[in-house]
Amino acid sequence: MNPSDIATTTPLLPMSDALAARFKRIDERPVVLDVLHLGKRFTRGKKHIDALLDISFQVHRREFLCVVGQSGCGKSTLARILAGLDHPTAGQVLVDDMPVTGPGPERGMVFQGYTLFPWLTVHRNVMFGPLSRGIGPNEASARACEWIDMVGLSAFTDAYPDQLSGGMKQRVAIARALANQPRVLLMDEPFGALDAQTRSKMQAHLLQIWQNVDVTIIFITHDLEEAIYLADRVIVLGANPSRIVETIDVPLARQRSRDDLASPQFIATKAHLESLIHPPQQATTIEQLPMPRMTMVGDDVW
Amino acid sequence: MNSKADSNSTKPRAPAWLAIRADPPAKRSLVLKIFSFLIPLAIWCMISYVPFIWHPLVRITDQGGSDFLQPDMLIDRAEFDKENDRLREEKLTIAAGSPANPIFLPAPHEVGRALYTAFKTPPQRKGDPWFHESLWHSMQIIFWGFSLSCIIGVPLGIISGTFPTLARLTEPFVDFVRYMPAPVFGALCIAVLGLADAPKIAIIFIGTFFHMVLIIANTTRLLDPALLEAAQTLGADRKRLISRVIVPGILPNLYNDLRILLGSAWTLLIIAELIGATSGISYFINQQGKYRNYENVFAGIIIIGLIGLITDQFLARMRPVLFPWLRKGAGSSGGFFYWISGGRYTRRPLPLFDQRSSSELDGAAAHDVGVVPGGDQ
Repeated sequence: MNPSDIATTTPLLPMSDALAARFKRIDERPVVLDVLHLGKRFTRGKKHIDALLDISFQVHRREFLCVVGQSGCGKSTLARILAGLDHPTAGQVLVDDMPVTGPGPERGMVFQGYTLFPWLTVHRNVMFGPLSRGIGPNEASARACEWIDMVGLSAFTDAYPDQLSGGMKQRVAIARALANQPRVLLMDEPFGALDAQTRSKMQAHLLQIWQNVDVTIIFITHDLEEAIYLADRVIVLGANPSRIVETIDVPLARQRSRDDLASPQFIATKAHLESLIHPPQQATTIEQLPMPRMTMVGDDVW
Repeated sequence: MNSKADSNSTKPRAPAWLAIRADPPAKRSLVLKIFSFLIPLAIWCMISYVPFIWHPLVRITDQGGSDFLQPDMLIDRAEFDKENDRLREEKLTIAAGSPANPIFLPAPHEVGRALYTAFKTPPQRKGDPWFHESLWHSMQIIFWGFSLSCIIGVPLGIISGTFPTLARLTEPFVDFVRYMPAPVFGALCIAVLGLADAPKIAIIFIGTFFHMVLIIANTTRLLDPALLEAAQTLGADRKRLISRVIVPGILPNLYNDLRILLGSAWTLLIIAELIGATSGISYFINQQGKYRNYENVFAGIIIIGLIGLITDQFLARMRPVLFPWLRKGAGSSGGFFYWISGGRYTRRPLPLFDQRSSSELDGAAAHDVGVVPGGDQ
């Protein structure tokens, strides 16, 4: 990012001393996830497309990190690489100083689409992780029950996924991922398919869970409000080439509520992110469509 | 939840008869299903019992002065008129007769009687099997041929669908053999396996096995890869991915695939039974055809249809029992009789051998508010 660009972005409001102290405390915690010069290059014929270019960041224990960016900027690719489902073409990912070579139970993942196993009940779905790790059926069952309680679905223990609403399915997916007690919970636009109301409920829910569980969350989204509301830190990915444009410490105290969405800090942060993702000169020009007039003369909407 | 609120308001109006893709109400549905059998039956009755419809022949009731005509003889109407013209010219008593259909089209009541008596009539030649013996024999051939095919074909199909490496190794050859019609192996089977039941079972095996491998491999590939990824992030190893994700995930669609293949096994049976020592239901039908007992031929054909219908209905009804996570009807396509069970069409009926795109599956899922494949997700 060169200095002339910074001049065009909307500034952030300064944060309070208490908040600054909190961020200092976060930085003192051990690093759980260390991403080192990560790159992903797709080759089509002679053309190279960099889906990710030199991505480096650190996530500390129990930090809530959001990654935002325009669609197509490689957010999902990043999540998949962190999960071990895709392999980077450069750099590496360390979890507790161990390099990631493939998917593993220490990195739970909640996907955007519904990925509950339709042939298993809610209870059995949540048991899947512990059973896969070789935990006995009795203990796995008991543990699953705890997690189902935690996401508030104990009434639906024996329901099949198809009988649940979208929000409930994602809650089960969260419980299923957490039942493995992962170090890192990766969430790839998990609430993207939900309606606005359910979405905001789920966000509040997620914060409650995060508050009470020892887990570090990396949350991918394109919704800036969601990112600011949830995150301690927000990483902004730019498109073409997809590298980290800026990392922002969200200047909002915890506990957050929906009222914070109207606070000056929130609005300033959102404006700042907005200006990073859509540079102003680009955002103001709305393409004029070649519209012929197809209504009666005088029949105007304004 | 919503339907409850709806039922409190005014009674929902039944959709128009020809509403596009709107299911008729249950009662109308049942009536229509009954009519689907009654209409062909009514046409058959009309042709059989209404004398001026078709009836191209004349059954002689009185031969009159003719020494050529015999009572109960079936003769072409033109021939009959010519003979009567001749008799008239020669001033002899003219012959009388009633309009009749050819012998190969028996009337419904005759076939009905044949259906009833088929099980009670002793075979015309000593040593020939009874009707029920023939039938039982045929069913055994199908059972053994199809079971053998399943025992080898299902695992091979799943493995091919799971490991692309192994698919490259198996599928080209399977695809090659698949295009050879099973009956061409008849002579070979007899040479290798003798004249008894073994070559017949082999024909059914050859005819279903190669299709089965390809169809099941495709069904396996249709499993939503996101489920496999989710399982991997939960720590499932390869063994567990196969046994706990792939197999249960494809089971409902696999069940439908086998239902369809079982239908094709019956087609192969008729060819298989004509190979070597003819036996079974097709032997019965052929013999009766030779004796010109066409009502028995019809009875045999109808019995095969009934067995097929009943088996398929039974298997369709078993589906929700076996796979309780599938909502009623969802994805119960595939069978030729899916419509009887009231199944909503969510998957294409015949798994063809071309690659089915996964977006198709997603589309089906979106339709049904998050139903998985298969079909018959």
